[in-house]
Amino acid sequence: MNIEDIKRSENKVYSRPELLNDSPMHYCPGCSHGVVHKLVAEVIKEMGQEDNSIGIAPVGCAVFAYKYIDIDWIEAAHGRAPAVATGAKRLSPDRLVFTYQGDGDLAAIGTAETIHAANRGENIAIIFINNAIYGMTGGQMAPTTLEGQKTATTPYGRRVDLNGYPLKISDLLARLEGTCYVTRQTVHNPASVRKTKAAIRRAFENSLKGRGTSVVEVVSTCSSGWKMTPEKANEWMVENMVPFYPLGDLKNTAE
Amino acid sequence: MNRYFMKEEVTLMKGNEAIAHAAVRYGVDGYFGYPITPQSEVLETLEALMPWETTGMVVLQAESEIASINMVYGGASTGKAVMTSSSSPGISLMLEGMSYIAASELPALVVNVMRGGPGLGTIHPSQSDYFQATKGGGHGDYHFIVLAPSTVQEMADFVGLGFDLAFKYRTPALLLADGIVGQMMEKVVLPPQRPRRTAEEIRAMCPWAADGSPRGRRPNVVTSLELDSAVMEKNNERFQRTYRLIEENEVRFDERLTEDCDYLIFAFGSIARICLKAIEDARSEGVRIGLLRPITLWPFPYDRVKELSQKVKGILVVELNAGQMIEDVRLAVEGRVPVCHFGRMGGIVPNPGEILEAFNKSFK
Repeated sequence: MNIEDIKRSENKVYSRPELLNDSPMHYCPGCSHGVVHKLVAEVIKEMGQEDNSIGIAPVGCAVFAYKYIDIDWIEAAHGRAPAVATGAKRLSPDRLVFTYQGDGDLAAIGTAETIHAANRGENIAIIFINNAIYGMTGGQMAPTTLEGQKTATTPYGRRVDLNGYPLKISDLLARLEGTCYVTRQTVHNPASVRKTKAAIRRAFENSLKGRGTSVVEVVSTCSSGWKMTPEKANEWMVENMVPFYPLGDLKNTAE
Repeated sequence: MNRYFMKEEVTLMKGNEAIAHAAVRYGVDGYFGYPITPQSEVLETLEALMPWETTGMVVLQAESEIASINMVYGGASTGKAVMTSSSSPGISLMLEGMSYIAASELPALVVNVMRGGPGLGTIHPSQSDYFQATKGGGHGDYHFIVLAPSTVQEMADFVGLGFDLAFKYRTPALLLADGIVGQMMEKVVLPPQRPRRTAEEIRAMCPWAADGSPRGRRPNVVTSLELDSAVMEKNNERFQRTYRLIEENEVRFDERLTEDCDYLIFAFGSIARICLKAIEDARSEGVRIGLLRPITLWPFPYDRVKELSQKVKGILVVELNAGQMIEDVRLAVEGRVPVCHFGRMGGIVPNPGEILEAFNKSFK
């Protein structure tokens, strides 16, 4: 069997998502963003929503999300994505409107916007990348940085007496009446990627059906910020992040 | 209730209420705001009018001014006519978002019913946000088109004018009122109801809008981010070209008794009306003063000030602040005649006698 025999369409098991364009991604090797971008692109296409979606990009590593997924996007100021999404969704209630935010954006500078959008039950989906660090600005402490975790601004490890506790904001959001679906997932192996994809699809369906706010937290790696190889970052995440941020649905009242 | 087919109506109301009524009648798509004195009647009136039941206009009380302006940003990004209103401290909170709106070349309307600052200051009227309004306020090289109403009628009229200019130039407008014109009741003619723009009209008018439906076009991205300095400089040059065009075409001012005047009083907003009374009093004693009231504070009527400065002996700038607009007057006058200032601060509004006294002190 030669290579041309193998490259036949009936043998094809995977394609690059149609909405994910050819722009070279700026993400570091091992970063979870690339995988989650791919899932978002796949789900929008599979739901037939490519002509009915508005993405809200954050400030943080995913600031250029709009360069990679071919839908309409609005780039928000740092932390303001849920407010921007509120404006877009209220004025275009039939659209699929989602935010894509990191931990600093969503759980530090944008905490008020996050909580109030969720509490109003805005019919938006929030994709929340929690990698416990500020990646874009060079690895400073995030609201979700673990106790003892070393960052550029906690060089001897996060001390709760100085810096407070890591914020489990999804647990907080799950308690609000306005959220219909809050889940915490990972994308470090094929099985978890499939689960996250299903979660994103559920969140997007909730947005379109007007069920309230959905939050998909993806506990993620930042191999550059953590100063680890991608493989080591995955191991560290499973050993340290997952026990503190347990996986699974925190709330699912939509069904 | 069938407000959707409202005809022109003559009524009596507060300036803040007139803004709310004018917004519904203009066919505004969305309002997002947060209560703050002395402008809370804008949001209260809109909630009472329930325009979502008639025109379909969205009205939402946000959790903060920061959220309000970013909701405006989100809505305006989709090509809709969206506005907010606040007062001085609230506008300070909005400035980051206002810079983003200007940098993303979005049409939108912001209303500032000014109160006295700095800080938490006072709830009483002031004009101490002139610098903030006309010189940018937030970060970066940008301008809002700034309209300064002096009557309740202008409060109503400038909502439509603000949106018309904002969409014409794809740049945001600021209605810079003060607590007096916001709170006082006056006769006002409300315009007949205009329909809100349809999705197809928005599509034709705003091909740049991220409305969520590319349908054949390339996806639209609303962003102010550009890391390539060469491109970012080009973007800035494009903004500046728009600003020059606005400066050439949209300067507006109101002039009274300037044909024969020996002196000029220069004032904007509600205080200009008190100045007109002072001028009438002076004229009854043979002192010929004229009034120049800028309606657009940006673009500023530099050319007209320059012309008038060539025929008068002196100019008194009257403001409810420590002396802000006077800097623009002096730029236009270029030292040809004395330019003096009279201002009250902290929410104090002078009467015509005080203004005349200041005039006499300056020029006699």
